[in-house]
Amino acid sequence: MSDQLSNAAKPRFRDTPFGVFLSRYLDSKVATLAFVVLVVIIVLAIIAPWITPQNPYDLAQVDVLDARMAPGEEAFAGYTFWLGSDGAGRDLYSAMLYGLRISLMVGVLSGLIAMVIGTAVGLTAAYAGGRVETLIMRLVDLQLSFPAILIALMLVAALGKGVDKIIVALVAVQWAYYARTVRGTALSERSKEYVEAARNLGLSPRRILFGQIMPNCLSPLIVVATIQTAHAIALEATLSFLGIGLPQTEPSLGILISNGFEYMLSGKYWISIFPGVALLLTVFCINLVGDQLRDVLNPRLAK
Amino acid sequence: MTNPVLSIDNLQTHFFTRAGVVKAVDNISLSVNAGEILGLVGESGSGKSITGFSILGLVDEPGRIVGGSIKLSGEELIGKPEAALRRIRGGRASMIFQDPMMTLNPVLRIETQMIEAIRAHEKVPRREAWQRARDGLAQVGIPSPEERLKCYPHELSGGMRQRVAIAIAFLNRPEFIVADEPTTALDVTIQSQILAEAQKLCRENRTAMIWITHDLSVVAGLADTIAVMYAGRIVENGPAEAVLRSPRHPYTSGLIKSVPGEHLVGQRLFQIPGMTPSLLKLGEACAFKERCAYQDDACSAAPPISMEGGRACRCFHPLRADTAAQSGGAAKESAP
Amino acid sequence: MLAFLIRRIGQSAVVVLLMATIVFFGVNLVGDPVHMLVSPEADQAEIARVIQQFGLDRPIVEQYWLFLKGAVQGNLGTSFIFGQPAVGLILERLPATMELAVCALVLAVFFGIPLGVYSGIKPKSRVSQVIMAASIFGFSLPTFWVGIMLIMFFSVQLQLLPSTGRGEVGSFLGIDSSLFTLDGLKHIILPATNLALLKMSMVIRLSRAGTREVMQQDYIKFARAKGLSFGRIVWAHLLKNIMIPVITVLGLEFGSLIAFSVVTESIFAWPGMGKLLIDSVLQLDRPVIVAYLMIVVFLFVAINLVVDVIYSLLDPRVSLTGAKS
Ligand SMILES: Nc1ncnc2c1ncn2[C@@H]1O[C@H](COP(=O)(O)OP(=O)(O)O)[C@@H](O)[C@H]1O
Ligand SMILES: [Mg+2]
Repeated sequence: MSDQLSNAAKPRFRDTPFGVFLSRYLDSKVATLAFVVLVVIIVLAIIAPWITPQNPYDLAQVDVLDARMAPGEEAFAGYTFWLGSDGAGRDLYSAMLYGLRISLMVGVLSGLIAMVIGTAVGLTAAYAGGRVETLIMRLVDLQLSFPAILIALMLVAALGKGVDKIIVALVAVQWAYYARTVRGTALSERSKEYVEAARNLGLSPRRILFGQIMPNCLSPLIVVATIQTAHAIALEATLSFLGIGLPQTEPSLGILISNGFEYMLSGKYWISIFPGVALLLTVFCINLVGDQLRDVLNPRLAK
Repeated sequence: MTNPVLSIDNLQTHFFTRAGVVKAVDNISLSVNAGEILGLVGESGSGKSITGFSILGLVDEPGRIVGGSIKLSGEELIGKPEAALRRIRGGRASMIFQDPMMTLNPVLRIETQMIEAIRAHEKVPRREAWQRARDGLAQVGIPSPEERLKCYPHELSGGMRQRVAIAIAFLNRPEFIVADEPTTALDVTIQSQILAEAQKLCRENRTAMIWITHDLSVVAGLADTIAVMYAGRIVENGPAEAVLRSPRHPYTSGLIKSVPGEHLVGQRLFQIPGMTPSLLKLGEACAFKERCAYQDDACSAAPPISMEGGRACRCFHPLRADTAAQSGGAAKESAP
Repeated sequence: MLAFLIRRIGQSAVVVLLMATIVFFGVNLVGDPVHMLVSPEADQAEIARVIQQFGLDRPIVEQYWLFLKGAVQGNLGTSFIFGQPAVGLILERLPATMELAVCALVLAVFFGIPLGVYSGIKPKSRVSQVIMAASIFGFSLPTFWVGIMLIMFFSVQLQLLPSTGRGEVGSFLGIDSSLFTLDGLKHIILPATNLALLKMSMVIRLSRAGTREVMQQDYIKFARAKGLSFGRIVWAHLLKNIMIPVITVLGLEFGSLIAFSVVTESIFAWPGMGKLLIDSVLQLDRPVIVAYLMIVVFLFVAINLVVDVIYSLLDPRVSLTGAKS
């Protein structure tokens, strides 16, 4: 049956929804470039252990005598510090890619968890309506009226350091955005004709919610998710920079930058700069991709 | 015969859009004398407002005046530098807009908006400007003008706001005013009051005025002359009474018959069939051709202008006085 | 007016109470309040004394009552590190933070509005496109990174401006501020710029969007038809309209400016309450953290109130009863 179908009308790729989406995304050269750079960054972060000369967290491989080498100088162990070394003698190129790994991991993971929780809460609000909805949305508004950084700071202060704690804090900061987005979309979908039609057909509310409303929340969710992930990465870097994020044993980009900050005044710029550029590039690219996704996925802007 | 205060010759205002050139105003000619009112009538989209904006030099991108001449008391306005136009706007020539809810700035007091209009043209002391603003409000029939001056626009009703706009237009005793459907957004009783006041002011100050409307019944008692506009062109003009009593152009005739009051009770209301054509695709041919009961092959060429007794009509088949009023079929009957 | 104020103050009090409750039970839920209030090095006698002082042996409801009572009296515990009342410590540093935040706000408005209005009036010009690209870029730059770059460029490379501390503090009309001395001014330029950048991007976007909308309105065309000069139209008709949303949003963002001063103050060693907060978090000086939180909540609520009043003063369509006519 499905074979027949696909044989009968094999749509050209360009005409499939994804094809249309892709061609409209590629309309913007800047956004395309940002996407390519982002993919390269992610791939580099994933394959870091295989393309770096040193595991910066294996103390046996790090030699303090190599500390604060300028870019291009040679390590005691024989390889070259292309990007220099930091205060502990870690190869910055290696440390940067490993740091990228942690930063991306924390950002993406917290984004995903927040998305699941936020979506669930948002759908619950839209589904329940009435008092429950009012209560949930008041809570969301209250939280959103406080700056994310303060909430994260307080949670980290209460919970302590650690990857898991930081993720909890980032989730706590982000979930409300997802909840608001999902509830908003669900609300406008709920009032549309097809939902009414589905209800008249006797579909159960749950079926309507998950079968009809959820898919329509997808586009706004993707957009919010990209922007929020960029936020989360920047926020984690900020907290780590302040010394209250990740522990030194798991140095993300923020910690690397922070470690280099003290040497900056003495002109040893590279310790902060290279991880900083990596962070900047990552966040900027995600934002550019998110901006373009918003333009492409937003049906109101579609011609 | 006196020289007209405003005379427009072969004015062309085009919009250069992505889809092509929109000839919003295409070769129109008009003139208005001091103390007289010209009613500019036509369906919406026929280019009436753009005509008004062209006179004041307020056509915005992508629009541009591409040809013709606009003379105010003999002085050519087209091609004047912006600074000179600015001095004329609101001074010697002013404009009243359609929607009184939108034309006054919501965050400025009435007095601010009136005083700035005076002081943009004359360096008079604030006090004096304020007094003139107060007198201006009194002139358009606004009770206790001192208090109204202190108000913000949202504190006044629609009719009141339009009176303020009219007062602003008359503030600097202009030679000429365009009123762009100023009563369309108001209800009928207020509409007739405002019509009467505007007419009185116009006569008293000897202001020349173009009153734009899509409603023939509005100009019937108000205008001295009427110009009927269709798809960017004037299809007929002449003394108001003559045009209304015996229209020459089938379109004018159709318009007159679609005014509800002109009909006997129980008779089906007349409706001109079809729609205004897209201004993008207009050629030489008569733009009304598709909707006209009298159309034939000749209508594909540019229609000639026939002049007769101070009236002009742009048509191959102008109606004669007797047929127009009675024969009932100036334009195609619409399908029941 | 008075009725409005009384009602809004009442609402604000409810929010503060709510936050106090969340903080109190949060502290009690997350960990042992004794640990929160006693320094880790304290001995048994000290612990007993604190338990006694804060009534930690009493029922939770009574403790809650005591906490509220203390809060009203401005007593939220004593700093372990400084051995002084936490509230006093923070209030001492409040002026430095305020000075920084206000300067940042002024900078953001001073540069943001003209740039935004310009790019709104001429959206297609080259300059506008550069402004917009820069504002997107400014949006994605983490504040701490910008701070580092500022220091590297202006302090390390050019050696133009100092990068740490508040500098000399002058006194004028009974107010102490580094704005009153040349040295102080030099010190505040970099941190204020740092803090301003994020908001400046926002002001640019807001005022550009507002300008584009307002310039299309009939009342602008009518103003032109009155023969007003372009300058007068922009100054009186455009600015007054776009200032309403800009000031409202900025007022609300003032809170986030104070929050972000945590980062800026840490980088530039600015002796404000944000730096105190980070130090306290690092040293687990919990009474100071709780006090900071309560004071910030109070500030936020107060700012909201002030913004509401300013908004109603700016927009004649809004009466203080809150209804839009
Ligand atoms: N900004 C614009 N871009 C393109 N076309 C325009 C624009 N403004 C007006 N027009 C064209 O000019 C025609 C006349 O408009 P207008 O003078 O406002 O009509 P009306 O007679 O209702 O006042 C419209 O039908 C439209 O096609
Ligand atoms: Mg019009």
